[in-house]
Amino acid sequence: MKIVVLVKQVPDTGEERILDASTGLVDRDANDPVIDEISERALEAALSVKDRDKSTEVVVLSMGPSDASKAIRKALSMGADSGIHILDDGLLGADATLTAQVLAAALRNADADLVITGNESTDGRGGVVPAMIAEHLNLPLMGSLTTVNIGSASISGQRRNDEGTQDVSADLPAIISVTEGFAEARFPNFKGIMGAKRKPVSTLAAAELGVNIAARTKISSVETRAPRSAGSTIIDEGQAAAQLVDFLTTNRLI
Amino acid sequence: MPNIVVFIELTHTTQIPATAPGLLALAARLGTPIAVSVSQSPLNDEHIAALGAQGAAHIYATHSAQAYSTLNSYTVDALEQAISAHQPAAVLIPASVDGREIAGRLAVRTGGGVLADVIDAHAHDGAITAIHSVFGGHYTVAASVPEALPILTLRAGAIDEIAPAHNPTVEHLELGAHTAGRTAHIDAQSDAPYNTNRPELRGAATVVSGGRGLGSAQNFVLVEQLADALGGAVGASRAAVDAGYIDHTAQVGQTGVSVSPQLYVALGISGAIQHRAGMQTAKTIIAINKDEDAPIFEIADLGIVGDVFSVVPQVIELLKARA
Ligand SMILES: Cc1cc2nc3c(=O)[nH]c(=O)nc-3n(C[C@H](O)[C@H](O)[C@H](O)COP(=O)(O)OP(=O)(O)OC[C@H]3O[C@@H](n4cnc5c(N)ncnc54)[C@H](O)[C@@H]3O)c2cc1C
Repeated sequence: MKIVVLVKQVPDTGEERILDASTGLVDRDANDPVIDEISERALEAALSVKDRDKSTEVVVLSMGPSDASKAIRKALSMGADSGIHILDDGLLGADATLTAQVLAAALRNADADLVITGNESTDGRGGVVPAMIAEHLNLPLMGSLTTVNIGSASISGQRRNDEGTQDVSADLPAIISVTEGFAEARFPNFKGIMGAKRKPVSTLAAAELGVNIAARTKISSVETRAPRSAGSTIIDEGQAAAQLVDFLTTNRLI
Repeated sequence: MPNIVVFIELTHTTQIPATAPGLLALAARLGTPIAVSVSQSPLNDEHIAALGAQGAAHIYATHSAQAYSTLNSYTVDALEQAISAHQPAAVLIPASVDGREIAGRLAVRTGGGVLADVIDAHAHDGAITAIHSVFGGHYTVAASVPEALPILTLRAGAIDEIAPAHNPTVEHLELGAHTAGRTAHIDAQSDAPYNTNRPELRGAATVVSGGRGLGSAQNFVLVEQLADALGGAVGASRAAVDAGYIDHTAQVGQTGVSVSPQLYVALGISGAIQHRAGMQTAKTIIAINKDEDAPIFEIADLGIVGDVFSVVPQVIELLKARA
């Protein structure tokens, strides 16, 4: 089985993230770039299939600037077999529509039985790209899964929507998106790190995929909110509960 | 006034969802709300009246016995047909788990552009601009889709206006079998347990959240008791969810729900940046934490350095005594 995992490099959520007010784009230099945690969980789901069946081939696919190659190397050191890096200056600040077009075009040539993605990235949060790719490629999408069983011809799993939980299934080839309910990723070990250096990574530009670069959304303004400041802090010596209730009363919160 | 197509995400038991009034109110501000529904049997008069009362001017009511057998494919078909029938200036879809998938597929199918996780929108001279709250509310970004159909996913709880009521016109349509593409199948559905006595977390005026500091699922009841005493919704940090104190649907933060209540009370939560990303736009924040260096105090209007197990029960008693 061939599994392609979509991996996105994002600014680390552990630090303050910055938007460039003139372009509305993420200031990539302001934070350490990391593999989005949900992409790592998606990769882990693929690697756990490979753990059980060594014949499984795991490919990571990432669209991003040149240092996204580090994210791909890390994924290879964790156990993926090869990488595809879509690198094109014209794709800087691509919207969901363009991103999905590019990823779908790359997947069209990849011949995957299964595509695994995260349900939403931490920088975009739109959560629409997996469905867009599914529509482009006429694939069934099992989105926002909390569990999955991957068989050789079909998959099943549980997903959670706003109403409750659903048991869902689809025939392969298919695309799935995972949620935080999936296991955290393994750490690369020394052997993995050494081996990753020899694994193949191909680099492709948008034109090589036959994609014409045109975004549909346009950012018109960016406003920054003033940071919050601390109010008063009190130490409880038995009186704090009464002070809290007074605070609620004075501020008409009860 | 241009038509605005609104997707009403009926539950599989044909209940009108809590997201409907906000979507219809926003649509009424942008144009004429055309509500699109998908159900197993034709929509009944009670639902039609209820959607009219919430602001639907016209209802495009589709049905198919198969509607809930596949994952969202009938809904995408229904919206695609509604768009070609009513030529809207925009489509509004809830930013729910299913809504996002529907919006993504619909955008590809219709050549539209998605404006995701929107908190508001405006119309000027027929052009629609969507407002997004980005990176935990640090930035407010305005964006549009100048040359294609804008498909907006609206964050639940973001709009609390009510649209003027209508006596809606209705067209009923039976959807043909979905043959357009390969889909996933729904084999079973079970409803999330929910507490009808408590407000929904999204859009609640008061939210009381608990973190790892609560220590156990049994102790987490204290969070629920304070929420009930304040008439609020219950939230949690990811650490509390991971530890199994409460269901994932209560998670507030970067990868959970974003809330902007009048009052947010954080109990035993350190205030990691990813938690703050989901609550720092609250009007007033109160935090109780026994570590005086906890980062949550940097954004709290009232911080109490103390033990939740001692302070919170006293607060509940005092609130009861007031009532
Ligand atoms: C990609 C990513 C996404 C994330 N998304 C989210 C998210 O959506 N939401 C989220 O919350 N986190 C998220 N996190 C996790 C986040 O980084 C923190 O780990 C998490 O918020 C910590 O939860 P906590 O404050 O409950 O736990 P801790 O950080 O362990 O804090 C517990 C606090 O309780 C206090 N305490 C202990 N006992 C008591 C007592 N008896 N009385 C009073 N105080 C007490 C302690 O002093 C401590 O400050 C994310 C992380 C990553 C990497």
